[in-house]
Amino acid sequence: MKKATKFLSLVLSLALITVLFAACSTSNKASSASEASESKTTSSDSSASDVSEVKTGNGTARSLDEIKESGKIVIGVFSDKAPFGYIDSQGEYQGYDVYFARRIAKDLGVEVEFVSLEPSSRVEYLETAKVDIVLANFTVTAERAEVVDFALPYMKVALGVVSPDNALITDVKDLEGKTLIVAKGTTAETYFSENHPEINLLKFDQYTETFNALIDGRGDAFSTDNTEVLAWALQNEGYTVGIESIGNPDTIAAAVQKGNTELLNWINDEIKTLADEQFFHKNFEETLAPVYGDAVLPENLVVEGGVIE
Amino acid sequence: MQDLGIRVLFEGNNFARLMGGLGITIQISLLSVLLSIVLGVLFGVFMTLKNPVTRAISRVYLDFIRIMPQLVLLFIVYFGLTRMFGINLSGEVSAVIVFVLWGTAEMGDLVRGALISIPIHQYESSYALGISKKQTYLYIIIPQTLRRLIPLAINLTTRMIKTTSLIVLIGVVEVLKVGQQIIEANRYTAPDAALWIYGTIFFLYFLTCWPISKLAGYLEKKWKN
Repeated sequence: MKKATKFLSLVLSLALITVLFAACSTSNKASSASEASESKTTSSDSSASDVSEVKTGNGTARSLDEIKESGKIVIGVFSDKAPFGYIDSQGEYQGYDVYFARRIAKDLGVEVEFVSLEPSSRVEYLETAKVDIVLANFTVTAERAEVVDFALPYMKVALGVVSPDNALITDVKDLEGKTLIVAKGTTAETYFSENHPEINLLKFDQYTETFNALIDGRGDAFSTDNTEVLAWALQNEGYTVGIESIGNPDTIAAAVQKGNTELLNWINDEIKTLADEQFFHKNFEETLAPVYGDAVLPENLVVEGGVIE
Repeated sequence: MQDLGIRVLFEGNNFARLMGGLGITIQISLLSVLLSIVLGVLFGVFMTLKNPVTRAISRVYLDFIRIMPQLVLLFIVYFGLTRMFGINLSGEVSAVIVFVLWGTAEMGDLVRGALISIPIHQYESSYALGISKKQTYLYIIIPQTLRRLIPLAINLTTRMIKTTSLIVLIGVVEVLKVGQQIIEANRYTAPDAALWIYGTIFFLYFLTCWPISKLAGYLEKKWKN
């Protein structure tokens, strides 16, 4: 019995060791395979596809010098939020955030490696320094500012209200006593329940439900981020965004790890410099205008030089 | 409208990208499954030991893994290790580690169940014939156990393959995420694409899991005698 136990524990520990090694080597292969496909898809960004994987170290953010030395900056963006950060049919990252990210890399003189982020894990990625910068439609809030450092804003969003053309709502006073559709957990829900209790709110869990509810006539109007309603109204005839901007505008900014002042200052200087060439207006023309057309004025979205009028 | 949706699937590299995503899914899940089966069998035997220390260890391990949602484990390994110990693992490695930890625990419990279901007389007859304990396990108990294990192991395997859709949260872009990227990139121009893309992904998952259950059926038949 004792012998058997000894034998078994020996086998177990041996197996564990081999497996640890196997896991390491095979998943290295796996990650290098994904690396390969990554560099294939982003070949326009990284001319040298054999650049070794950038390890962003051990949880502490990299300094500006370390980034330059490695020749690569790791930027976290969204890969499924068109038109701000998405992947086109050629497999390349595109969008308003991505356009800015590419410019940052260019001005730093390094290549860019994009990491696809989910909304819920953006802070974690910065805290563990798995990315150098997050450029993923990151709305500046007081809670987030406690755990990450935000740079100057490069975009602003406010709420918009969309309604049918035949009963267009152009002022918040028109909404009194009427039903407004909102999605749960959005800034629209908070804003209207706090500031306009006289409006009846009809709340839904998902975006798709809210748009369908408006089409079905279950509410008189629908409110969410103005970019969202403007783009939707453009695609759906008979609906117009009567109120383009309401509520306190939220700003969207790049974020770095808390305490990485060097990189933060660099980004802030960069944003100020870029104002001279109206970079973000150009960005808007390239990435957002094709989607929004004339429905959105750049002044409603773009922030130049980090200054909000 | 219908042709719009399917057009998206074949636009540019979209289909190749979906297949690439499937490749990642299969790579990670099959690697984890294979390791889990090997380790799980060993762990199952380990669990049947009557030593109180090993029992306590296996109990704690199993319950810990069983109680923790896989997502939490993924976050612990991917972000937690970096935060606490400065160990920076790639998303793929973290995923394989978590899935092997999970698979080993669950597989181990299945193996334990199968092992104790082997009637005691099998052991006793074997010992009576002068076969050593090691040989008893290797030639008599484990082969019978494996046969009982197949349906259970297949359930676990397919469950692991499907659970890989969680690893997108630690930055590994697998088939489902690629699908969502394609859908979102075409949200304004082809709102119908979602149905087609998800339909394709459903079919891809089916193609991955179906051969496995076919293989299981074949093995079950072959090992019957």
